Amino acid sequence: MMINMGPSHPAMHGVIRIITELDGEKVVSANVEIGYLHRAFEKECEVVGWGQAFPYTDRLNYVSPLINNVAYAMGVEKLLDIHPTERCDYIRVIISEISRITDHQTCIAACAMEMGAMTPFIYLMKAREYLYGLVEELTGARLTVSYVRVGGVKGDLPDGWLERVEQALDKCQKEVDEVDRLLTRNRIFIDRIKDVGCISPAEAWALGFTGPVLRSTGMPRDLRKDEPYLVYDRFDFDVPVGTAGDNYDRYLVRMEEMRQSARIIRQAIKQIPAGPVQVDLSGRPLSGSQMVDAAKMGMTADLLLRTVRPDPTLEGTDKIAAQSLNASAKGAVLPAKENTYGNIEGLMNHFMLIMEGQGIQPPQGEIYIANEAANGELGFYMVSDGSGRAYRVHCRPPCYYLMQGLDKMIVGGMIADVIATFGTINMIAGELDR
Amino acid sequence: MTDATGEHPLIGRLREQFGDAIVETHAFRGDLTVVVTPERYHDAARFLRDDPECSFDFLADLTAVDRLKLKQKPRFEVVVHFYSREKNSRIRLKTRPNSDGEPSVQSLTDLYPAASWPEREVFDMFGIRFAGHPNLKRLLMYEEFSGHPLRKDYPVNKRQPLIEERPIPDDRLGMTF
Repeated sequence: MMINMGPSHPAMHGVIRIITELDGEKVVSANVEIGYLHRAFEKECEVVGWGQAFPYTDRLNYVSPLINNVAYAMGVEKLLDIHPTERCDYIRVIISEISRITDHQTCIAACAMEMGAMTPFIYLMKAREYLYGLVEELTGARLTVSYVRVGGVKGDLPDGWLERVEQALDKCQKEVDEVDRLLTRNRIFIDRIKDVGCISPAEAWALGFTGPVLRSTGMPRDLRKDEPYLVYDRFDFDVPVGTAGDNYDRYLVRMEEMRQSARIIRQAIKQIPAGPVQVDLSGRPLSGSQMVDAAKMGMTADLLLRTVRPDPTLEGTDKIAAQSLNASAKGAVLPAKENTYGNIEGLMNHFMLIMEGQGIQPPQGEIYIANEAANGELGFYMVSDGSGRAYRVHCRPPCYYLMQGLDKMIVGGMIADVIATFGTINMIAGELDR
Repeated sequence: MTDATGEHPLIGRLREQFGDAIVETHAFRGDLTVVVTPERYHDAARFLRDDPECSFDFLADLTAVDRLKLKQKPRFEVVVHFYSREKNSRIRLKTRPNSDGEPSVQSLTDLYPAASWPEREVFDMFGIRFAGHPNLKRLLMYEEFSGHPLRKDYPVNKRQPLIEERPIPDDRLGMTF
């Protein structure tokens, strides 16, 4: 019998179609069809400026958009050969790891729910909410964050944000431990997912698997360890691996990775170089927005002498924050707002980056950048022809290769196990179809 | 890591093996890149996988570039990224299929099963055929789609007509969907 699952199916989170051929309840063959959420990401990148593609990258893996932002920015920075400041690197690590935790939480929550366990879903959504709150406070959005910029980030961390991160991690960990107690030794859960959807390390490697699914087979491949980027080589963390490559191992690997990510964040908070904590000439802290307002009215005479406490307002970054966060590359990084409004060089610099036909113009060339996203290797291949627009941007979504191997994991199993295997693969249609 | 001539030892090794088949090499921003002729593309991929000095056993990515607006010939370029677990290194292999008529290169699916979907996507988006691919049909677009959207001469705002409802194949009639 042929059974068609999807593209719109109650048990399919995400639009994807699996056509299965059954013998009784056994899956004899499976055919995976994708493309239902194709939004022409790569084509769109070719018609906008390099810096304008960030909102599109938010929508690739929409459960951990900050990692996509970081990977894309790192790609353009590699083309330009510029490097953001150390503080910026730490911020990028912290937001990446927060995103990784939210991604794993969503995966486990959805997977457990599809297997009938509603409580862990609610607990994990509650835990995710703590982290989304932090993301919202930092970026102004929960999902469409667009926080990272080429050569830096949009603004500095809000006051006291890092302390709130630590508190949120504690609260999160409590919920995750609760889920741990509910699921990890739960007989029903184990019966449903142990020895189901197995794949061997050799097969997984040949099919291009990366991330938690590859690690569940016993291969300790993690780009953060193997090819360290940002400042990942400064942290002490473990790469959890499984043994059987089944759904249960994938679940365990994700549970442990959440703890390791929290460990990285805590170390990063300890190590992060302080932003400039300075006051103005009369000793009062002056916010970035006040600074901009003063500049708009031409009161800029002594503004350049003053140094202020970083204030990450939506109006823009003040000069000190801009210096501590962004690379000093005029060709790629927007000047601080007080310079844009306050002096002609800043204004010209701003225009050169914003105007049609100008913008960020990387030299001719091509690069490939790989990041360890929550699902595995997230790669960007970028080609520049020297103009203000990308000549070609290609995204390597991690779950693309996982979905390619899905039929190998479900053939021979039961039809009901398709849902469990599909759940632990953690397909995100946004990055799969681009 | 370069030898006396300023070349990466791997490039030297590939030159020894493939000689004139290597069209171009560069290492822009440290990304080692080799361009080979389409005739030796499959052999080069096999060599990269099997040679103990290379052992690029992981296909990280496969895509293509339409060089129409760069005014370079041949028009298309197939770009493959490999990773070696053993050496912890990466290499980019490129080939430029002859684009008079329908461009076509050898499929890598027999060497790297991971190449299956990316090659279908490249066929879908650029219209490059992969000889020897077991199931070369569109991946992201639907079968009735006309043209190849990532080609540079495909306008970004082009519309496609609505398609007819597809008939249910005979072997599926009367079955539970």
